[in-house]
Amino acid sequence: MALATRTDRRPSLPRTVWDSTVGKKTVMAVSGLIMLLYLVAHMIGNLKIFFGPDDFNHYAHWLRTLGGPVMRWEWTLWVVRVGLVAAVVAHAVSAYQLSRRDIRARPSKYVHKKPRASYATRTMRWGGIILGLFIVWHILDLTTGTVHPGGYEHLHPYQNVIDTFSTWYGNVIYITAVVALGFHVRHGFWSAAQTLGVGNASRDRFLKTCASGLALLLTVGFVSVPVGVMTGVVS
Amino acid sequence: MNSYSEYTTGEPVADTKAPQGPIAERWDTRRFEAKLVNPANRRKHTVIVVGTGLAGGAAGATLAEQGYHVVQFCYQDSPRRAHSIAAQGGINAAKNYRNDGDSIHRLFYDTVKGGDFRARESNVHRLAQVSVEIIDQCVAQGVPFAREYGGLLDTRSFGGVQVSRTFYARGQTGQQLLLGAYQALSKEIAAGNVEMHPRTEMLDVIVVDGRARGIVARDLITGRIDTYFADAVVLASGGYGNVFYLSTNAMNSNATAVWRAHRRGAYFANPCFTQIHPTCIPRTGDHQSKLTLMSESLRNDGRIWVPKAKGDTRPANEIPEDERDYYLERIYPSFGNLVPRDIASRAAKNVCDEGRGVGPGGQGVYLDFADAIQRMGRKAVEEKYGNLFDMYERITAENPYEVPMRIYPAVHYTMGGLWVDYDLQTTVPGLFAIGEANFSDHGANRLGASALMQGLADGYFVLPSTINDYLARHPHKDEVDADHPAVQEVLSETEDRLNLLLAVDGDRTPDSFHRELGELMWEFCGMARTETGLCKALERIPQIREEFWRRIKVPGTGEEFNQSLEKANRIVDYLELAELMCLDALHRAESCGGHFREESQTPDGEAARVDEDFSYAAAWEFTATGDAPVLHKEDLVFEYVHPTQRSYA
Amino acid sequence: MKLTLRVWRQKNADADGAMSTYEVDGISSDMSFLEMLDTLNEELIVKGEEPVAFDHDCREGICGACSLVINGDAHGPERTTTCQLHMRSFDDGDTIDIEPWRAAAFPVIKDLVVDRSAFDRIIQSGGYISAPTGSAPEAHATAVPKPDADFAFEHAECIGCGACVAACPNGSAMLFTSAKVNHLNVLPQGAPERETRVLDMVAQMDSEGFGGCTLTGECATACPKGIPLPSIAAMNKEWLRATRKAR
Repeated sequence: MALATRTDRRPSLPRTVWDSTVGKKTVMAVSGLIMLLYLVAHMIGNLKIFFGPDDFNHYAHWLRTLGGPVMRWEWTLWVVRVGLVAAVVAHAVSAYQLSRRDIRARPSKYVHKKPRASYATRTMRWGGIILGLFIVWHILDLTTGTVHPGGYEHLHPYQNVIDTFSTWYGNVIYITAVVALGFHVRHGFWSAAQTLGVGNASRDRFLKTCASGLALLLTVGFVSVPVGVMTGVVS
Repeated sequence: MNSYSEYTTGEPVADTKAPQGPIAERWDTRRFEAKLVNPANRRKHTVIVVGTGLAGGAAGATLAEQGYHVVQFCYQDSPRRAHSIAAQGGINAAKNYRNDGDSIHRLFYDTVKGGDFRARESNVHRLAQVSVEIIDQCVAQGVPFAREYGGLLDTRSFGGVQVSRTFYARGQTGQQLLLGAYQALSKEIAAGNVEMHPRTEMLDVIVVDGRARGIVARDLITGRIDTYFADAVVLASGGYGNVFYLSTNAMNSNATAVWRAHRRGAYFANPCFTQIHPTCIPRTGDHQSKLTLMSESLRNDGRIWVPKAKGDTRPANEIPEDERDYYLERIYPSFGNLVPRDIASRAAKNVCDEGRGVGPGGQGVYLDFADAIQRMGRKAVEEKYGNLFDMYERITAENPYEVPMRIYPAVHYTMGGLWVDYDLQTTVPGLFAIGEANFSDHGANRLGASALMQGLADGYFVLPSTINDYLARHPHKDEVDADHPAVQEVLSETEDRLNLLLAVDGDRTPDSFHRELGELMWEFCGMARTETGLCKALERIPQIREEFWRRIKVPGTGEEFNQSLEKANRIVDYLELAELMCLDALHRAESCGGHFREESQTPDGEAARVDEDFSYAAAWEFTATGDAPVLHKEDLVFEYVHPTQRSYA
Repeated sequence: MKLTLRVWRQKNADADGAMSTYEVDGISSDMSFLEMLDTLNEELIVKGEEPVAFDHDCREGICGACSLVINGDAHGPERTTTCQLHMRSFDDGDTIDIEPWRAAAFPVIKDLVVDRSAFDRIIQSGGYISAPTGSAPEAHATAVPKPDADFAFEHAECIGCGACVAACPNGSAMLFTSAKVNHLNVLPQGAPERETRVLDMVAQMDSEGFGGCTLTGECATACPKGIPLPSIAAMNKEWLRATRKAR
């Protein structure tokens, strides 16, 4: 195999990053953190459902006026949406390419198999796929209304949410995805910290606690909505 | 007595390269007098280096930096695995950072004295001079030596000396120094200046028209035997301690390169000078494949003792203080536990022979840290020796923080080796030997932390200077003709030997012969030697050799990865070298350093040198397998350090 | 002790391999694992069968040659090298599976012997400090703070055995590479090549076909020298720093 020798001109920064496994992991870490930030905001917004339909619907309306009067109706929302799509795509493409590479790097398995690593770590890939599929369903259900059970009404999210969580499959899909998200965040947040070079021996415990805390917070926060609907707290 | 022992004495051999004059100026003088090769011409010269340990790795990297084309070999899968990596304790250098009275002259003096006046003064002085540069070089390479809180280098004292001149990197000094050399070599490999052949074992030297012009080597993966040509050949293949089967050497360390060079005309000097290291982990049974050394630095804080009474089988902790014999402190009050290795080893053997040894078979003495732990605290002991303690516990399943370690001497280093002059050139022009492979600097006993010093001195500083002189005097002309009869002869001899090993198809494994030879050597040519014992060994070795060629079994073929074949071929050489070691030990009817002849001792059991008869290096010339060799003496002249009976009392 | 061994046998790089079963008897608990294999090999040779090929050399845990996956663990159940593993870690009657390191970048040469030259090429790409012999300043010219010296030492302990790659589900060499990067980059002597070193070594590591790091931590668990997992984060930091600076 040829040796990667130094040439006078290095490839451009994006090229260096994209061509390297460490760079691609950085892309995953940054895009993951962007999504994580969004999720925290999203979860906080979701909790407004417990204050009743007016509060919740008003919040949805406000989201569309965000940044006004500079930004017109839904402009900010679209900026966020575009940003999120970019993050999801970058995250997924990097993950796909890295995974392919990882699988190629270990073509033959050990005959003697042992369970390895933590559950959260081992399920990153499947968890990611589940989350990807969930996002598609979630948008078709509550943003476009394409697969929404009952009559979807734009700008009436309170009723839409109740419709979704009034079906058994709506709850199953949602709760499964949120649990997967919890696991994904638990390893992903800590892992992103390592990738970005923030981790070290003395900070490790703190980062792990943060990761678990965030995972728990998001899981509980998101699951509380379907649970609220199921238990009739939200109706 | 067989005919092998009836050696003849030939013309004396002399070192013609060391300049005369004040000893401190000789190295400068030699460097100035040596011819140089024009930098532009260097790339036309090819130098073969065999081995990638401290000496070989350093030499390969340095020669490549100078502009030579280096072709380098190692039998390991990577140059980083050479056995220098296992050296634990440290490396000496006359830096005098401690301001404790050290100097180049003192290091020179200690080394000559420690070697029991059987080393060449000029060489040793140069070693002491160069030692200072080695530390600078290694620090610049990023070798993580131990440091004080102020950020400066830490040193410690080591056996046989009274100053703190040993630099160390926890218990892994050899590893760190080797990785430094390996990394320098790696840089040159990447730059295309070194052509590296890992998993390739040198099997013979090619001598054409009286000059070393290349080697025959076998690719250990494909089994392919090839010739490689060069303008000079440097052997950095290490020592031959594995003749004893059980030693602290790596399993695959071997004597083939030096022995084959010897067969092609290079004299072999002082083969009987082997060092038995006092602090190794005792063997546990017949299955033992090698012995593990515990760094001698342990003797700085550990106290060595055995029970006063014979056959005391109580656990160590139940033996009261006044029933313990701290025999080194008793016999050698001023050096105590820090006496040189040969003395510590022999003392251990003596108390075990008296029946006061401890552990299975009574082959062990205690090395006790209870006092050190009480004095310094467990944490400080852990900081200093933690990795050694862990290693001990892993091997023996005993916790040395709670019960004393058990140690016993084991074969560790060979001071003997190919005879070389001041330029490190053997008696075959163009063939150089560096590091443990040569005989030059340690005399009859090597001091602790001096092997690393010598390997790096030879590799970084000495050889790269002296080889210029040879290359300048033999300007590169033509490639060696691969069809030259001398080349074809070496090649076919090598192939025939391997084919014969495969063809015997007997009923004994290579290891069984190796073990048999090793036990014989340990018994008769080990820590204490006698005329009767050596004669017995000399009678037995040819018999083992004969049986070997009748009963050896090597499965598989030569055209594949075949570890049994590698091993068997190495044993072929051990079976000849062992004979020379015994003969050398027999002829040297004196005790000196690591060579202890029971017939020659002082009334209190110390080694008694006989300077009138034996103040020379014995350089042996090969004649034929099993035939008596020719002895050439190099008289040793001591102008600066006058031989005295060593005293460490 | 009496044991059943299931050993990966593979004639050469091109041949197919399979597990073969052997019985060994009379094993002492004081034996090292490799001495147990020696015993098996002695029996095989006498029977006229080919002995099991495995890499080994110093047998004191420092050269990094030995490389066996024992019951699914690189270097076996204890945190040490295979040569320092003793049979007292096993019980009479045990069945032990012995396999070679598995990674695309470490192709099998024969039986349990693999080709780890990829590691050498990673070092060649930048795992050194350029200090040609003779050019060194006085050793005490630059003091190195003890914490930095200790950090360097901790990472310099790597023996290049490849257990990290063998244990990693992605066959990643991040721990190996990071150990060398961290050792040299923390030292003042290593500063001039700090950026090029990490960029070149990571690029070489990638080009050898090692997988990426998913921070499973398997490498650090298997490492006989205790190179810590945060070593990887430290290298990532160096790498990110270098992408910003080295141009």
